[in-house]
Amino acid sequence: MTALIELQGAGKSFANRAVLQAVNLSLVPGRIVTLIGPNGAGKTTLVKIVLGLLQPDTGRVQRSAQLRVGYMPQKLHIDPTLPLQVERFLQFANADTSTCIAALDRVGIAHLIQQPVSGLSGGEMQRMLLARALLRKPNLLVLDEPVQGVDVTGQEALYQLIGELRDELSCGILMVSHDLHLVMAATDEVVCLNQHVCCHGTPQQVSVDPEFVALFGAKTALYTHHHDHEHDLHSGLVNSPAGSSCNHDSAQNNSTQHGSRKGSQSDV
Amino acid sequence: MYDFLYLALLAGLGVAIVAGPMGSLVVWQRMAYFGDTLAHGALLGIALGLWFSWSNSLAVVIVCLLIAGLLIVFERQRLLATDTVLGILSHGSLALGLVALTLIPGARTDMEALLFGDILTVTAAEVAVVWLMAVCVLATLWRLWPSLLAITVHEDLARVEGVRVDVVKAVLKLLLALVVAISMKVVGVLLITALLIIPAASARHFAKTPEQMAVLASGVAMLAVFAGLASSWWLNTPVGPSIVVSASLFFVLVLLIRGRRA
Repeated sequence: MTALIELQGAGKSFANRAVLQAVNLSLVPGRIVTLIGPNGAGKTTLVKIVLGLLQPDTGRVQRSAQLRVGYMPQKLHIDPTLPLQVERFLQFANADTSTCIAALDRVGIAHLIQQPVSGLSGGEMQRMLLARALLRKPNLLVLDEPVQGVDVTGQEALYQLIGELRDELSCGILMVSHDLHLVMAATDEVVCLNQHVCCHGTPQQVSVDPEFVALFGAKTALYTHHHDHEHDLHSGLVNSPAGSSCNHDSAQNNSTQHGSRKGSQSDV
Repeated sequence: MYDFLYLALLAGLGVAIVAGPMGSLVVWQRMAYFGDTLAHGALLGIALGLWFSWSNSLAVVIVCLLIAGLLIVFERQRLLATDTVLGILSHGSLALGLVALTLIPGARTDMEALLFGDILTVTAAEVAVVWLMAVCVLATLWRLWPSLLAITVHEDLARVEGVRVDVVKAVLKLLLALVVAISMKVVGVLLITALLIIPAASARHFAKTPEQMAVLASGVAMLAVFAGLASSWWLNTPVGPSIVVSASLFFVLVLLIRGRRA
C-alpha cells in the first residue's frame, strides 16, 4: 500500500539544539499509528512536520498527491471574549450547515450545534474538534492528544469512535498520546519518540521494549522481555517488520542502560 | 452655522464604525498593546510630517505602517518577547516624537490636541479622508473576515486548512495602522486604543456571534461619539476624553447589568 506521507531521516533543530534526529515514519490508509514519548521528546515538532507547518532541516518528506489532512489540535483555547457557537466554529472549514450537522451527528453531539463553544465540557470539546477534522473528508487524520481533559469512560468511547472512523473512512490516523494503557488497545502501531525513534512496533512489542520501559517505567510493560530485532551500531536505526529498536547516544535520562546494550548486537 | 459640529460628528462616526470590528479583533487577538504602540508612533509621524512639510495624515500612515512592518519582522526573528519589542517601539517612538516636535524650528504645535484629539477643528477634506479610509478598511475586513476569525480561534488549524496565516496577520496589522492614523484627530494618540477596545468589550455581553459583537461595538462607539460631542457642547469638556469617558460609562453600565443578572 502506498504511504500517505513518509518521513525519511527527518531531523529538526531549534537554536542549534536537536529536537528530532533521523526520524522515519510512514502513515498508510487504514492504520492507526500512535506517537508516545515524554515531554520535550519532539512529538509536537514531528506532528508539525507531518502537517507541513514545519520543514525538517535534514531528511525528506514525501506526501501523496491525494493527501487530505484533517487536523485535531491539542487544546483549543478560545478567548472568552470571542462569542462563538459550535456551528460557526465548524463553518471555518468551509462547510455548509447540513455537512456540519452530519459531522456533529457522527461524533454524537448534533444536539450541541447552537451551543457556545466556551460552555462545552472537555469531552464535547474534543468531539467538536474531531467533527471539524472530519469536515475536510480527510484520508489522514492527525489527532494531537485527542482524549485530553476527558474522563476515563469518555476516553474509551472516544478511542472507540476513532477506531470506527478509521474503518468508515479507511483513512490513516496519527495520534499523539501521553496516557499509555488505553491508547495501547486502540492502536495498530506505536512509535516511541525521544528526539529519535526509540522503538516502534505493535503495542505488545513496544510495551516490552527496554527503551520503552526505561522511559515509562515497568508498570506499562506487561510481558517478560525477549528481543526479536538487531541493533545497528553505525546508523542507529534498523527497521524490521516485527518492530525495531535502536541504540542512541543522545538520550540523557537512561544512558547507562544504553551503554550496556550497545555492546551486544542481539540478545535473542 | 454649526458646520464644525456636523463635520466633527461625521468624522467621529466614520471612526466609530470601523472601531467596532477592528476593536473586536484587537480584543480577541489581544493586540491592545500593539494598538498603543502604533498610536504612540503616530506622534512621531506628526513630527516627521511637520519636519518635511508633508500632509499630517500621510506622515502618520507612513510611520504607522513602518512600525507595523518592524514589528512583523521582529516577531519572525523571535529574539525578544513580543511585549518587550512593543515596549521599546511604543515608548521609544512616543519619546522621539515628543522630542522631535520641540526641535522643529518655528513650528508651534498644540501638544494637547495631538495627545487627546481635536475633532472640532476637523476640515471637510479630513472628514473625506476618514470616510475613504474607513470604507477601505471595512471592505478589507469584510473580505478577510472568515480567515481572521479562523486564525483567532487556532492559527495552526487555520494554516492546515489553507489560510495564509502570515499574510492575514500582516494585513490586520496594516489595517490597524490605518485605523490609528484616522482616529488620531478624533481622540488623540493616547486614547485611540480605548476607543477600540472599550466598545468591543461592552458589546461582548450582548453578542452571540462574532458579527453581532462587531456591529454592536460599532453602535456603542457611535453612541460614545454622540455623547462625547454633546458633553463637550453643553459642559465644555474636551471632546476626545469625553468620548472615551462616555464609552467607559457604557462599559460600567454593562458590568452592572451583568452583575444583576448573574
